[in-house]
Amino acid sequence: MILPIIELAGLHKEYGIQPSSVVALRDVSLSIEKGEFVAIMGASGSGKSTLMNILGCLDVPTKGTYRLLGEEVGILNRDELAKIRNIRIGFVFQSFNLLARTSALENVELPLLYNSSVSPKSARQRALSALSMVDLSDRSHHSPQELSGGQQQRVAIARAIVNDPILILADEPTGNLDSAKSEEIMAIFQDLNNRGITIVLVTHEEDIALCCKRKIMFRDGHLVNDAMIPHQRVCSPAKEIS
Amino acid sequence: MRALTVTTIAFRSIRRNPLRSILTMLGIVIGVGAVIAMLGVGKGAKDAIRSQIAALGTNVVMVMPGAFTSSGARVEAGTTSRLTLEDIRAIQSSCPAVAHVSPIARSGAQLKYSNQNWRTSVYGAYPGYFDIRDWRVAEGSAFTDVEERASAKVCVIGATVALNLCGEQSAVGAVIRIRNLPFKVIGVLAEKGQNATGQDQDDIVIAPFSTVQKKLTGSIFVNSIITSAISSTSIDDARSQINEAMVAQRKGVGGDGVDYTIRTQTELASTAESTAKTMSMLLASIAAVSLLVGGIGIMNIMLVSVAERTREIGIRMAVGAQGFDILTQFLIESIVLSVLGGIAGIVFGVSTALGIGILQHWPVAVSISSIALGFGFSFVIGVFFGWYPARRASRLNPIVALRYE
Repeated sequence: MILPIIELAGLHKEYGIQPSSVVALRDVSLSIEKGEFVAIMGASGSGKSTLMNILGCLDVPTKGTYRLLGEEVGILNRDELAKIRNIRIGFVFQSFNLLARTSALENVELPLLYNSSVSPKSARQRALSALSMVDLSDRSHHSPQELSGGQQQRVAIARAIVNDPILILADEPTGNLDSAKSEEIMAIFQDLNNRGITIVLVTHEEDIALCCKRKIMFRDGHLVNDAMIPHQRVCSPAKEIS
Repeated sequence: MRALTVTTIAFRSIRRNPLRSILTMLGIVIGVGAVIAMLGVGKGAKDAIRSQIAALGTNVVMVMPGAFTSSGARVEAGTTSRLTLEDIRAIQSSCPAVAHVSPIARSGAQLKYSNQNWRTSVYGAYPGYFDIRDWRVAEGSAFTDVEERASAKVCVIGATVALNLCGEQSAVGAVIRIRNLPFKVIGVLAEKGQNATGQDQDDIVIAPFSTVQKKLTGSIFVNSIITSAISSTSIDDARSQINEAMVAQRKGVGGDGVDYTIRTQTELASTAESTAKTMSMLLASIAAVSLLVGGIGIMNIMLVSVAERTREIGIRMAVGAQGFDILTQFLIESIVLSVLGGIAGIVFGVSTALGIGILQHWPVAVSISSIALGFGFSFVIGVFFGWYPARRASRLNPIVALRYE
C-alpha cells in the first residue's frame, strides 16, 4: 500500500491559554494521496490558514496527529521541522514573499542554501532550471521590484520547486493577481501536478478551485465538505505580455 | 549554510545602510585606535625612559643632602648641605660594593672666551665621575688624580659649551675664563643630548673637585655625592653599605640623625616609568570605554536590523533555515561590522601613534602584536555584542515573522 502524503487524525489546534483560548481547528481528519490537487475553501477565520501552517510544518497541532509521508510531525523540534520544510515542502504565498533587492536567481536558490547536500555549483544549475520551468530564464538577474506580480509569483513557484518537494502548499497564490495572471499561475500548478507533485491550495475563488481535482470546505474550524471535482477545468498558459 | 555566502549577505546588508554602518563602527574605530596608540606610545615612552636612565650612568647610587621624608615633610633639598669630604672618605674606605665615588660641587658661572660669553653650571668632581656617568671624552682627555690633587685650573667642557664659546674650532687647548679665572680646556665631552626633563646635558663644565671647591664655591660642604656600584646586582648592597658608612660617620662627629637621601638608578627609573604608565592607563581607559560604547552601538544596530528584517527571517525560516543558520547570519554580520571598524581603528591607531611620534619627537614602537590585539578585540566585541540580537532573530516564530509588516 502506498503511504498517503498527508494523514491527519483528530487534529485540534488551540491558541492561547484556557479558559480564554481560541479554537482554530476542531477534530479534523483528512488524508491526501500522492498526486492530488486539493483546493481548500472557507470564509476567513474558518481555520484554513491554521491548517496550512500545520501542513507546512510551521506550527504543530495541540491535539491529534499529522503524518507527512508516514512520519509523525507533531513531536519534532524546531530544527527538525525546518529540515522537513526545506526538503519536502514548497511554499507559495499570496504576497509572494520574495527577498527584496535580491535577484530572482538568488531568491530561487534560497532553499538550497539551507540544504547542505547541494553544492553551490549544482544549486545554481537547479535554480536556473527551476526558473526555466516557470519560463523566466531571461529574468534571472532582475530583482523582485523589477518584475510584475505574475512574474514575482512565478519566481516564488520556482523557489518552491527547486528542492524537488513532494508537496506544494499555496496560500491564496492568485489573491493578488488579475484573472489573466491567475490563469497563468494555475496553468503552472496544473503542469507541476501532472508531473506528480501533490498540491494543496487555499483559495476564495470558485473558478480557481475548479482548476483543482478535489475541494475541501472549512467552517468554524470544522471540515464540512470534502468532494472530488467532477470536471477539472484545464487552464491555458496564455503568454504574459510584459 | 556556507560561510562565503553568509559573509556576502552580511556585506550586502552593511552596504545597504552605509552611513548607519559607519556611525556604528565609529566606537570600535576609536576604541581599537586608542588600544594601538596606547601600546605604541607606551612602548616608545618606556624605551625612551630606559635609554635616558641609562644615560645617567651605570649602576649609579646618589647621595643627596636633606632627608626627603623627615617627619613626613619634605625638607628643601640642597639648602643645607651637610655632606662633606669626610663622608666621601668613609664611603671609599668601608663600602666594598662601591666602585667609584665622587663628590659634586656645583656652581653657576659666567664663561668667557675671546669675544664670546656663556653662562652655565660648573661641576667639580673627581676623575671617577666620568666612569660613574659613563661619559666619554670625545676630544682631548679627562683630568686625572694628579690635576685633582694639584687643584689644577683645567676643565672638560660639554658639546654645547664648546659650540657656544669656540664655534666650529677645536676647543681643546683653549684657555677660557670662568668667573675671570683662567682654565685650560683639556677635553670636550661626547654629546649626551637632553635628559628626561628636557635639560641639555651637554651644557656643562667639569673641573677637578678641589679646584672648584677652592676657587669657585668656597664651601667645605659638597652638593651631592655620586657613586657607582660594582655591578647591577650589587646596587642594593652598595646602597645599604653607603647608608651604614654615613650613619657611622655621623655618630663619630656627634651629628644628629639622617640628613641625607640615597637614591639608586633603579628607583629613578621606576619613578619615570610610572609617569609613562599613567599615560598608558589613561589611554587604556579611553580604549575600554569606547570599546564598550562601540559594542553597545553594534548591539543596538543589530537589534534594529533584526526588527527591520523580521519578514526576511520569516521567509528564510519558511524555506528551511534552521535557528543556527539565522544565528550565524546575524552573528557574522555583527562580526563583519565590528572587524571592519577594527581595521579602520588599526589604521587610525597606527597613524595616531606615528603622528604623536613625529610631533613629540617620541620614539613610537607599533608592534605587530598590538595590531593583532586590536583585531582580536574587535572580533570578540562583534561576537559578544552580536550574540543577543542574533539569538533573538534565531528564535523568532516563523508564522509571526512572515506576517510582520
